[in-house]
Amino acid sequence: MKILVPIKRVIDYNVKVRVKPDNSNVDLANVKMAINPFCEIAVEEAIRLKEAGIASEIIVVSVGDKSCQEQLRTALALGADRAIQIETSETLDALNIAKLLQKIVEEVQPKLVILGKQSIDSDNNQTGQMLAALTNMPQGTFASVVKVDGDKVNVTREVDGGLQTIALNLPAIVTTDLRLNEPRYASLPNIMKAKRKPLDVKPAADFGLDLSPRSTLLKVTPPATRQAGVIVESIDELVDKLKNEAKVIS
Amino acid sequence: MSVLVYAEHDNQNLKIETLKTVAAAQAMGGEITILVAGHNCQAVAEQAAKTNGVSKVVIADNAAYEHQLAENVSLLVTELARDYDHIVATALTTGKNFMPRVAALLDVAQVSDIIGVESEDTFVRPIYAGNAIATVKSLDSKKVITVRTTGFDAVAADGSAEIVNLDTVTDAGTSSYVSEELTVSERPDLGAASVIISGGRGMQNGDNFKLLEGIADKLGAAIGASRAAVDAGFVPNDMQVGQTGKIVAPDLYIAVGISGAIQHLAGMKDSKVIVAINKDPEAPIFQVADYGIVADLFEALPELESKL
Ligand SMILES: Cc1cc2nc3c(=O)[nH]c(=O)nc-3n(C[C@H](O)[C@H](O)[C@H](O)COP(=O)(O)OP(=O)(O)OC[C@H]3O[C@@H](n4cnc5c(N)ncnc54)[C@H](O)[C@@H]3O)c2cc1C
Repeated sequence: MKILVPIKRVIDYNVKVRVKPDNSNVDLANVKMAINPFCEIAVEEAIRLKEAGIASEIIVVSVGDKSCQEQLRTALALGADRAIQIETSETLDALNIAKLLQKIVEEVQPKLVILGKQSIDSDNNQTGQMLAALTNMPQGTFASVVKVDGDKVNVTREVDGGLQTIALNLPAIVTTDLRLNEPRYASLPNIMKAKRKPLDVKPAADFGLDLSPRSTLLKVTPPATRQAGVIVESIDELVDKLKNEAKVIS
Repeated sequence: MSVLVYAEHDNQNLKIETLKTVAAAQAMGGEITILVAGHNCQAVAEQAAKTNGVSKVVIADNAAYEHQLAENVSLLVTELARDYDHIVATALTTGKNFMPRVAALLDVAQVSDIIGVESEDTFVRPIYAGNAIATVKSLDSKKVITVRTTGFDAVAADGSAEIVNLDTVTDAGTSSYVSEELTVSERPDLGAASVIISGGRGMQNGDNFKLLEGIADKLGAAIGASRAAVDAGFVPNDMQVGQTGKIVAPDLYIAVGISGAIQHLAGMKDSKVIVAINKDPEAPIFQVADYGIVADLFEALPELESKL
């Protein structure tokens, strides 16, 4: 079976983003970029399913300008077989991304689509679920265990109260949570090999979709800053401050 | 103008977070209806009917909704959505799971995790782990919204809405419930606690979390954790506080053996008072702490417990 893994290029998770002085957006100039950590987990899971003899081919896809080819090449170096870039210079919202991905699903006909549960830039947590709705597939979101079993997949999900396991008919959508796996690093020979793996570029405009924006970003501001407090010297002082100054314990 | 609010519950109890989501719905304006989708969940509808400012509670009580599977619930909500301008759910794992499906079925975008309502179509939400705050105007005819409850105060439970039964059954038939492993605890939920004490990698193992329990018992606190503590298997996943775990804002948050990574801060920096216990004076957690103590947690915790 084929597995499709949509991935996103985002700010590196170690970088603390800054807001532009004119409050129009965040400043991403010269900021280190990387594959979204949850997408990396998605790629890893697909590779493990291929290593286990369950998947036959892994196709990675990203929507973005030429720079996202870097992340597609990373995924190829990790073990994906081929890549598709849907080229656009626009920042599209999750619904429009899902509509483009739906076209790729129709073309590739994967049995499983694995995505990250959220991207660490927009923090939306939407694309996988939207793609599931558009393709009429069941979804296993926030996955910490994925087990393919014949024409079904069992997904254990991280939910507020603990863990929930559900069974989905294939084809299905899975979105990854942190505990699903620990992604490998790409080896140097595999990075070299990845350069020769196929990467198709398809302009977003060629899909005949209405991709007009559904929202306007009015402004982006820095969060309220917290004043650093005091260092107390003893537990007695701490308890006293909590009781008498902050008044949060009695 | 009318708002449909999806109730968070476990078929027995309405989660307090729903009362905060209703506060957000009130700010959007218009008549508010609460939808209770579940199985044998009449008690939840009765609790929901007491929510201040709510005119109607619709209850869809059917086996198809027992585990609130996204496939079934999204079809139900999409069908009901016809009559509402705003469809609102709490940004907890249930709402996060099915709401984008509703949005896509309605062919509208979703505005996730709002912490403020500027007007009926303009919302405030954190992005980049809360390091930036975006103000977004939705251009869609219907608004599909999830609410981060730390941004809103719960409305009172002193109302009396009418309860209407719904017979619609939407069963997609593509997914089924297998099993559940829920963490049982006598302590308050992270989302409802006014005091939280969290442990990080510095706790060294799961057993040492007992050092937090004595303090939690004295303070009536919930216990949380950093991702590192969860990944290492010290404690279960549902205790993770942070950008990609639970977002909390209690009156008092005590971080023990937690360095204060961006992703952890994203989940707790709106707490009223923050205390940090860490042996490294350079740990970034001290930059957001109101009270910090540079100490070995294995000495500090027993002393703190004895002095409370
Ligand atoms: C995609 C993504 C999502 C993430 N989401 C989250 C999230 O939701 N929540 C989250 O918490 N993290 C999240 N993280 C992880 C985050 O980046 C950090 O790795 C994590 O928060 C670190 O946990 P920690 O502070 O417990 O561990 P560390 O950073 O290792 O800190 C341990 C601290 O304990 C102190 N210490 C050690 N021994 C003692 C002692 N005896 N006494 C006192 N102090 C001691 C040390 O000085 C140190 O400061 C995410 C990361 C990624 C990439």
